[in-house]
Amino acid sequence: MARLIVMGGGVAGHTTATFAKKWLGSEHEVVVVTPNANWNWIPSNIWVGVGQMKKEDVVFPLAPVYEKAGIDYRQAKAVSIHPEGKEGSDKQFITIEYTGQGKEGQTEELEYDYLVNATGPKLNFDATPGLGDGNGQIGPYTVSVCTADHAVHANSELRRIFEKAKTEKLKILVGTGHGMCTCQGAAFEYIFNIEHEAKKAGVRDNLEIKWISNEAFLGDFGMGGLHMKVGGYVVSSKLFAESLYAERGVDWILGAHVNKVEEGKVHYEQLDGTMGEEEFDFAMLIPPFAGVGLKAYAKDGSDITDTIFAPNGFMKVDADYTPKPYEEWKASDWPRKYQNPTYSNMFAAGIAFAPPHIISKPAKSPNGTPINPTPPRTGMPSGIIGKAVAESVCSLIKDGDNGHIHEISMAEMGAACVASAGKGVFDGTAAAMTVYPVVPDFEKYPGTGRDTDYTFGEIGLAGHWIKHILHYLFIYKAKLKPGWTLIPE
Amino acid sequence: MKEEEVNFGKSDKFNLTMIPGKFARFLRTCVIWQFIRFLVINVKMIIVVGKSH
Ligand SMILES: Cc1cc2nc3c(=O)[nH]c(=O)nc-3n(C[C@H](O)[C@H](O)[C@H](O)COP(=O)(O)OP(=O)(O)OC[C@H]3O[C@@H](n4cnc5c(N)ncnc54)[C@H](O)[C@@H]3O)c2cc1C
Repeated sequence: MARLIVMGGGVAGHTTATFAKKWLGSEHEVVVVTPNANWNWIPSNIWVGVGQMKKEDVVFPLAPVYEKAGIDYRQAKAVSIHPEGKEGSDKQFITIEYTGQGKEGQTEELEYDYLVNATGPKLNFDATPGLGDGNGQIGPYTVSVCTADHAVHANSELRRIFEKAKTEKLKILVGTGHGMCTCQGAAFEYIFNIEHEAKKAGVRDNLEIKWISNEAFLGDFGMGGLHMKVGGYVVSSKLFAESLYAERGVDWILGAHVNKVEEGKVHYEQLDGTMGEEEFDFAMLIPPFAGVGLKAYAKDGSDITDTIFAPNGFMKVDADYTPKPYEEWKASDWPRKYQNPTYSNMFAAGIAFAPPHIISKPAKSPNGTPINPTPPRTGMPSGIIGKAVAESVCSLIKDGDNGHIHEISMAEMGAACVASAGKGVFDGTAAAMTVYPVVPDFEKYPGTGRDTDYTFGEIGLAGHWIKHILHYLFIYKAKLKPGWTLIPE
Repeated sequence: MKEEEVNFGKSDKFNLTMIPGKFARFLRTCVIWQFIRFLVINVKMIIVVGKSH
């Protein structure tokens, strides 16, 4: 009997664990180590953040689902990896610290044959003074929608602002809280939901709504922008996004590294080196992401964290990490197997793998501050990679050295993104976008780097209906209800 | 002033972009047109999902 341990029960880890268990059956063991008691359909946190959904609508408890599936669930966080075992034992293991199941604070060693790191991002609020509280949590001046609890808090603050805006002019700031953030799409969706809700609440005229972001241009989205077919033209996402912001009366500050947050004020540096300040009454700023800080130790106890993890804390896989200039970046730099090059029984899926470089064009201010989005690894790629890793591990377990490693690159993978503006079935709209591939391949698609037949975007109710359907479909799938395997990632 | 022209005057940035007119805005919430778009977008998304696996 082999044991697979999946660290992280989010989009990627849940996909890996559930498929692996289905394919391995009771002959082998699948263990999920994750600190959260609930699974969260994160994209719908946006609707929680504007009060259109409750927390209970976007989360469900993991324990009964894993029990039904026969997965050994440990509500704990992984702390360290020991890929060579320890003195007196060659058996690889991880150490975990419980966060629930009545064992809070207890630690344990768990041996493994295969290990998948799907621990997602650490929300690195403390990278920007004032954005964090100094203890790794969000600070008191801004809100976030990155977790369901954050989103609940964001909504209560937003409602307070809407109430005040009935009698006075106020300012809302939404965007990224650092020069190296990703996830602009989530902030983009949130700002237009706020705009929509403000109109509904009759306070739009009293609210100045502003976007602040590390993108060099609107519509970069951490993917260097994209070109899509709209109305017979092939247009840059810059035009698409600028049109939307202008239509909704949302002003923007771009190429901005927020370097300090105070009560009611952000300080920022821009790509041209100028320093600025922006006041706000309500701000939702996405924090930069980092790896969750797992440590790794060799058999003799020496620290080998640097061997397994990149400096940003994400796990090294089969990517080409050789530093090279933007002009030499290639689609083939991106990993295909998600396998650690040093320890071949270790994989990383979703946000947890270290990308070879960013996707957007790198940029620095004259002061040397890097201000560019880091690469997004959205839900669809995270799910697809999670499933591919499950296939690889299952094949290795069943067929030993003859096992087939499933290959899939983000340069051959698309992403579907639906950014809503409102939630109503007939009054909201959404920007529905697909990008193919996520990582541009200029050798295959000279010009835009992407297939413009399958990279498109449009605004309307249709996208909105799709967003609703995806919400119910993915929660249904994650609960492993009948036919769940037929729903694609 | 037509609704779509209001924001052009609000800032230089807005002035240099494009803002949808009445018909384009109507199509965004026209249920019949959006139902057709719904089918088209779904087909495209399914193809993208298929190409990605
Ligand atoms: C507000 C918001 C909206 C978004 N909207 C969209 C969208 O519309 N479409 C889209 O495609 N993507 C969207 N995304 C991105 C999407 O949520 C992520 O791409 C996806 O969640 C990444 O999956 P993951 O499994 O890598 O990470 P996660 O889903 O974050 O899962 C990581 C898991 O690891 C656990 N973990 C953390 N530390 C440890 C540890 N030490 N040991 C063990 N487990 C640990 C966490 O508790 C978590 O369960 C959005 C993101 C945000 C924040």
